[in-house]
Amino acid sequence: MTAAEGQKGATRAPYLSIRGLTKLFGKFTALRDLSLDVHEGDFVCFLGPSGCGKTTLLRAIAGLDIQTAGTVVQAGRDISALPPAERDFGIVFQSYALFPNLTVRKNVAYGLDSRRGNRAETARRVNELLNLVGLTDHDNKYPAQLSGGQQQRVALARALATSPGMLLLDEPLSALDAKVRVHLRREIKALQEKLGVTTIMVTHDQEEALTMADQIVVMNQGVIEQVGTPEDIYGHPATPFIADFVGSMNFLEGVSAEDGSVRVGPVAFAAGGMLPPGAAVRVCIRPEDVTVRGVSAGETNAFAVRVGAIEFLGSFWRVTLKSEGDSFELKADFSTNLVRDLDLRVGARIVVAVPPERILVFAGDRTKP
Amino acid sequence: MTAPVTPLSPAGLAYVSAPIRAKVSSDDRILAITTIIIVGALVLGVALPLYALLAKGFQSADGQFIGLANYRTYFSTPALFDSIGNSVVVTLITTLIAVPLAFLFAYGLTRTCIPGKSLFKGIALIPILMPSLLPAISLVYLFGTQGLAKGLLIGESIYGPVGIVLGELFYVFPHALTILLIALSTSDARLYEAAESLGASKTRIFFTVTLPAARYGLISAFFIVFTLVITDFGVPKVIGGKYNVLATDVYKQVIGRHDFEMGAVVSMILLAPAVLAFFADRIAERRQSAALSARAVPYEPRPKRGRDAFFLVFCGLIGLAILSVLAVAAYASWIKLWPYNLTFTNYHYQFDLRDGGGWASYRNSLVMSAWTAVIGTAIVFVGAYLVEKSRAFRTGRALLQFLAMMPMAVPGLVLGLAFVFFFNAPNNPLNGLYHTMAILVINTIVHFYTVAHLTAVTALKQLDAEFESVSASLKVPVYKTFWRVSVPVCMPAALDISMYLFVNAMTTVSAVVFLYAPHTALASVAVLNMDDSGELASAAAMGMMIVYTSAAVRVLHMLLTRGVLARASAWRKR
Repeated sequence: MTAAEGQKGATRAPYLSIRGLTKLFGKFTALRDLSLDVHEGDFVCFLGPSGCGKTTLLRAIAGLDIQTAGTVVQAGRDISALPPAERDFGIVFQSYALFPNLTVRKNVAYGLDSRRGNRAETARRVNELLNLVGLTDHDNKYPAQLSGGQQQRVALARALATSPGMLLLDEPLSALDAKVRVHLRREIKALQEKLGVTTIMVTHDQEEALTMADQIVVMNQGVIEQVGTPEDIYGHPATPFIADFVGSMNFLEGVSAEDGSVRVGPVAFAAGGMLPPGAAVRVCIRPEDVTVRGVSAGETNAFAVRVGAIEFLGSFWRVTLKSEGDSFELKADFSTNLVRDLDLRVGARIVVAVPPERILVFAGDRTKP
Repeated sequence: MTAPVTPLSPAGLAYVSAPIRAKVSSDDRILAITTIIIVGALVLGVALPLYALLAKGFQSADGQFIGLANYRTYFSTPALFDSIGNSVVVTLITTLIAVPLAFLFAYGLTRTCIPGKSLFKGIALIPILMPSLLPAISLVYLFGTQGLAKGLLIGESIYGPVGIVLGELFYVFPHALTILLIALSTSDARLYEAAESLGASKTRIFFTVTLPAARYGLISAFFIVFTLVITDFGVPKVIGGKYNVLATDVYKQVIGRHDFEMGAVVSMILLAPAVLAFFADRIAERRQSAALSARAVPYEPRPKRGRDAFFLVFCGLIGLAILSVLAVAAYASWIKLWPYNLTFTNYHYQFDLRDGGGWASYRNSLVMSAWTAVIGTAIVFVGAYLVEKSRAFRTGRALLQFLAMMPMAVPGLVLGLAFVFFFNAPNNPLNGLYHTMAILVINTIVHFYTVAHLTAVTALKQLDAEFESVSASLKVPVYKTFWRVSVPVCMPAALDISMYLFVNAMTTVSAVVFLYAPHTALASVAVLNMDDSGELASAAAMGMMIVYTSAAVRVLHMLLTRGVLARASAWRKR
């Protein structure tokens, strides 16, 4: 994040403010003293492997499973101990939980009916929402007659019907097939931007988080590992766990040298970090950051390798590179173009380089991801 | 759009200093209060009566605590004590015959290609529609002193253990069959394919695949049949003769000798095997469900001449036996005097000319069954909803689940006697219920509570677990979602429960036999009383009235279910 953004953020009070949140299930600590601010209108993703506590956090925010300790403040109101019905949110579950015996129209109107708004007003609001999610023609169908993607949109419309201050999405796309998922990602994001509703989405799918979120909250074992924009999380992961969890990553064991470079086998990498000389380090390199074109021996971070294996992955090739003397292996993603132009085959010898600013260095004694 | 989200540094583990006390929502308050009401009702309807029964066994006739004196008397009186042996013998024999027969019948219906499977199944389930007194009455017609087929018994009398075993076989067959049909229909075709491809012989496949898969079903059937037989009162009452069993002893002690304390002692002894069987069955059932995988492929039998012919003959014979028992009772009720005067008459249906309660008892049965079905279904369904869906008042829900399971372990006679001791106690404020229609309804709901409860829980389990969460987030009160979503979606199960309660209320005799008053006599009790006073044909006629009614209700249930499903076809379609 830039300094300007930071200042802008500091001048605004957060919409949702979580302090010291802890959730215990018996002896198991599901959430450990978490604190987090979410700003109005943001699309925030809780990202992490299963069991990291992301759904527990969402359910605490919703009041569905109230935390053991800690506070939740929404729009200046302390909602820490309130039941869900006294909070201000709409929610979409992974299963959608659509009422099977009610039509699309009645599902969407479900939260409106109970508030005794007059009928015309309810009908107008339902039409507006059906139009918003593009289901105007399906209003008298039952959920079982809709496709998975359509059901998902009904659930979204139902959650938004009462104009809640916050929209909570619990793995809303994971029950859909790949194509529909990509399509709906864009749709949900566009809808959220249009309505400007503060949204929190739980997902274990990093691609979903990277494409949809304004801010990603990466969680692991009940704590927040990093909060940042998708670019931050991907480009500057704060911990080896995140480096490994988000995107693919090469981890090389090395030792830091006097000049600030790190040594992995025969290769000395110039990298940004400053570590005491002689310390064990883990060097992280993304496969797509390995360059081949226009690299000549002798320039910064250039080293000779032999092609060990080539794997075709559709739009690109994943190539395993072996260093001289086989002291380390490196996976690199090369475009189809590149592989064709250089006529790369197993056993070929090439020179590759990694830009110093693309290399991440962590202390080597950290627990392995 | 993007503003930073700031994580704060994690501080040690000293963070649970100020635990949050969640505010109780109005939904939770409603659910907790409902839980308390139903738990209270079940405490009054199950727990306290059983306690009263237990206490009675330790009292003298004038209410003094006398410790184990009654039990000492019981075990030192051979006339009483011998009944335990008698009961165990007839029960074991019946169980060892009924379970294999039901297994073969179920095997024929699930694993062979015989024609008319649904017809056979329908016939096999007929005994559910009759009071257990009725097959016994038919047996008297067939094998009694004037019986047509008396010769088949080669000198043995039908009045005694032979008659009891035969009668009980009819009574328990559908129950064993239902369990074994489920056990056999849920096995995995892939296991058979694997076994065949590995070259296993048919016999080996049967013993290594079929039997192990149905193992827990067999165990469950064994215990259910054992409990049904040892606690049944109808069959030994009609056909037991001088052969005393525990169930008839309870009746004799209470109705014949007015020795309530000894009745309580025999009840407690009768309760023991039922409770044991109950726990054994629960354990077996838990194993059974764990053994089933969701990806199992249903088994499709292939035609095989020899096997199919054998099972067609076998199922045909069983079906014929059940139909003849029904036909004999029906026929005997419509002719002048079996087997001497076979002219048609409706004389035996003129119940008002006989002792036992007359037509009023039949009307009482209808009223009692209808109330039981309506009120019972409502209470059972709400109770199951609380157990399955509520998150409020955990202790109360655990207690509710426990109390809902209890009636299964309590034989009808024991429950009936427990009601007498509890509600007839002069110091009980609910004393006014005694000898009313209400106490019959309450007793019958409690008697059949468990199976109804389990049916409702199974149906509710199939609903999305997040309906209540969504509804709360939309600020819709929980009772509204219950009424608008849970009830309509579970309507087929609710109809099943109400039919189950209605049919059982029509046919039951064991619990209510202690509780009816002259103006609330029931049809099933009338069967018993008319048999007692020697009006066998009228007893058969009243038994047939129960069968006609139960059958009509079954048909009505089928039509209603079809109607509900048709109306709901749009939203149930996948």
